[in-house]
Amino acid sequence: MSNRIVNILVPVISVILGLLVGAIVMLVSGYNPIEGYAALWNGIFGDIYSIGETIRQITPYILAGLAVAFAFRSGLFNIGVEGQLIVGWFAAAYVGIAFELPKMIHLPLAILAAAAAGALWGFIPGLLKAKFKVHEVIVTIMMNYIALHTSNALVRAVSDGDANTGSIHQTASLSSRFLENMTDFSRLHFGILIALAMVLLMWLILEKTTLGFELKAVGLNQHASEYAGMNVNKNIILAMVISGVFAGLAGAMEALGTFGFVSVKGGFTGIGFDGIAVALLGASTPLGVIFGATLFGSLKYGATNMPNAADIPEEIVSIIIAIIIFFVASGYVIRLFVERLGKKKEAK
Amino acid sequence: MEHVIEMLNIRKEFGNFVANDNITLQLKKGEIHALLGENGAGKSTLMNVLFGLYQPEGGKILVRGQEVKITDPNVANNLGIGMVHQHFMLVEDFSVTENIILGSEPTKGGMISINIAAKKVLELSELYGLDVDPFAKIRDISVGMQQRVEILKTLYRGAEILIFDEPTSSLTPQEIKELIQIMHRLIEEGKSIILITHKLKEIMDVSDRVTVIRKGQGIGTVVTTETSPDELASLMVGRQVEFKTEKIPANPTTNVLEIVDLVVTDYRGIKKVKSLNLSVRKGEILGIAGIDGNGQTELIEAITGLRKVKSGQVLLNGQDITGKRPRHITEAGVGHIPQDRHKHGLVLDFSIGHNIALQTYYKSPISKQGFINYKTISKKANEIIQKYDVRTQGDHEPARALSGGNQQKAIIGREIDRNPDLLIAALPTRGLDVGAIEFIHQSLIEQRDNGKAVLLISFELDEVMNVSDRIAVIFDGEIVDTLDPLQTSEQELGLLMAGQTKKGTKSNQMKEGDSSNV
Repeated sequence: MSNRIVNILVPVISVILGLLVGAIVMLVSGYNPIEGYAALWNGIFGDIYSIGETIRQITPYILAGLAVAFAFRSGLFNIGVEGQLIVGWFAAAYVGIAFELPKMIHLPLAILAAAAAGALWGFIPGLLKAKFKVHEVIVTIMMNYIALHTSNALVRAVSDGDANTGSIHQTASLSSRFLENMTDFSRLHFGILIALAMVLLMWLILEKTTLGFELKAVGLNQHASEYAGMNVNKNIILAMVISGVFAGLAGAMEALGTFGFVSVKGGFTGIGFDGIAVALLGASTPLGVIFGATLFGSLKYGATNMPNAADIPEEIVSIIIAIIIFFVASGYVIRLFVERLGKKKEAK
Repeated sequence: MEHVIEMLNIRKEFGNFVANDNITLQLKKGEIHALLGENGAGKSTLMNVLFGLYQPEGGKILVRGQEVKITDPNVANNLGIGMVHQHFMLVEDFSVTENIILGSEPTKGGMISINIAAKKVLELSELYGLDVDPFAKIRDISVGMQQRVEILKTLYRGAEILIFDEPTSSLTPQEIKELIQIMHRLIEEGKSIILITHKLKEIMDVSDRVTVIRKGQGIGTVVTTETSPDELASLMVGRQVEFKTEKIPANPTTNVLEIVDLVVTDYRGIKKVKSLNLSVRKGEILGIAGIDGNGQTELIEAITGLRKVKSGQVLLNGQDITGKRPRHITEAGVGHIPQDRHKHGLVLDFSIGHNIALQTYYKSPISKQGFINYKTISKKANEIIQKYDVRTQGDHEPARALSGGNQQKAIIGREIDRNPDLLIAALPTRGLDVGAIEFIHQSLIEQRDNGKAVLLISFELDEVMNVSDRIAVIFDGEIVDTLDPLQTSEQELGLLMAGQTKKGTKSNQMKEGDSSNV
């Protein structure tokens, strides 16, 4: 069996196993798994409104997943996507509120502000790693807290102590009358196009440019990269900055698309951390990230229908997701199983 | 005489690739039987078939005259076949005895009884003259001792037939001598040995018979006393091999590389290169002879920009390249075959094609305006793969999957193809077989014949004397003497390398050496 097929089979089998174990958990807890999954299915695909909302939910997951995957391909572990997303969210919302400009300028400006904020939040750990060999995992974790509390303080500062800024101007909004009408007035917005464009961009950088060649080389072997005359430090910083841009854009999706404002947060949004799982599910490839984000977004959004429709707590979906991640992470076992199966077939 | 093992017409395929084709190996009781072949010829595959790790597609295996199916290593163990691996499989923090019983621990009332095992280990050790302390921790004993533990492991499990996989590759000369004694002792006690190696000298020293395989084909079996290293080498490679590389006299002209009072420190700030002076001219190969750790690594890294220079100057064609970035130095005309091909020379998880493009990926025609053309890379890579005889399944194969010799040929192809004025070759033949070594030496000589300068760093005296036109001896970070290879001997070099010169005469010789450079 070819390696490629096995690589695709592992996540697929993981998902099936996750759903199976989820069913067992439901059974043991006294719920009907068939009703539960029916409710989950309907929550995702039940009507055009749900589909719209599911796609909206998928959008930031794609970008967060890209951020993690891009850094990972360059040999870096960006745990700071959450923080980069939060500063991106604030920056986009602030530009959306503070300025009054024509849409052609205002919307791109707000998006760029988010990208720049995320880039800055990625630049700092990148610089520290390159210059002082400080491990990026430590720095990015700390940067998450700095982002959370800085954003909260700034929200209070710009809204006179309120926990909520007002809404952004329509000129900075990603929302689309057309998409809303099409999906029975869901909150689906143009952000999905930006997310897909970024998937293409990541693919382009990694597979078609000199920069991508260098980033991958540095990620795989810094010594050989240095020998080949690459500037290892520059590449580390650049990888973190680009990763931060993707994460910042995920924040822009929330600021300019879904919510249209920014509020004081009691804790992390979780999207940034889920981005790690999305990248893992997608084997850190651009196309894989779409798959991972779709799965995550669908399950997360569909879960909200489970308490209403089947009286099953939506936390069950968190268990299913955790199990899927577990199986993907321990993919070796599944790989072995698939290969054995393949061999037996060959023998016959 | 009775055959303990007969592998008859063995064939093993991996997909379309035939790793073993019609190979026959017959091991007599009480003999040392060498299995000879180049890297990647299929020696390991054949032994893995015998050890039950692979199932052959054709042929049969007889053990003591009985046809057997060896389906996994446990079956091999039960048949009395034991393998002494090249890379030891030992737990560092465990004692010798604990390592030996690992997997078949003797128990008494549910508890492991170490003492019973240790007693047996000691008995075996004494019987075969292994001199192993059963209670020593693996981390505390030498590599040679660790190998004896591997031997004991097989004996403890009742092995009658021992397979040694490249056993001398990490041993010192003294340890090799002792290993040979141990092998003879094993034979005296009625064991039989298969010795996998590509070192001809060892085969001539210890083996009774030799089976040669080439590119997966069984070539034949010869009696050691009736053959010669030359014949074995040509059987292995399939053509005549020159041990003494033929070359026309050098015709050196102007200086390409000049090093003036170079000082380089290591990461602790300790001087590793101390006011070193050296020059390499167009059309010559300068060999640097020396024992590992006398500043060779630091010297090369300083020249190529991988390490900071404390003081002094490095000039290339008269242009100051001291402390410049590696890319600047590369583009100024330096090619570098690095000492550690896995660390510096290759990105192992990249394809071999990408690796061949590692120094040129950013330049036209491969890259234009920041966009890379992978088709051009593939085309260029295949040119070099052809020209330098890199044996690979294609330019998309990961570099990791190639044998050491083929990895090295790809690196050499990459560096020479850029036609550098100065080619630095650091331990270019380490771990390679005779065929590859010959090819690499010829490539270096070809460079010098084309009027390029070559700087060769080697720990092997044979190589330095054979290939160089001038030999500079490095000791403790200084060039202690520069000699003509035709007018020196291994003894003289060996003494110089060990630092055996008087202070007074040293400076005289330095002057002589330097004056001959001008």
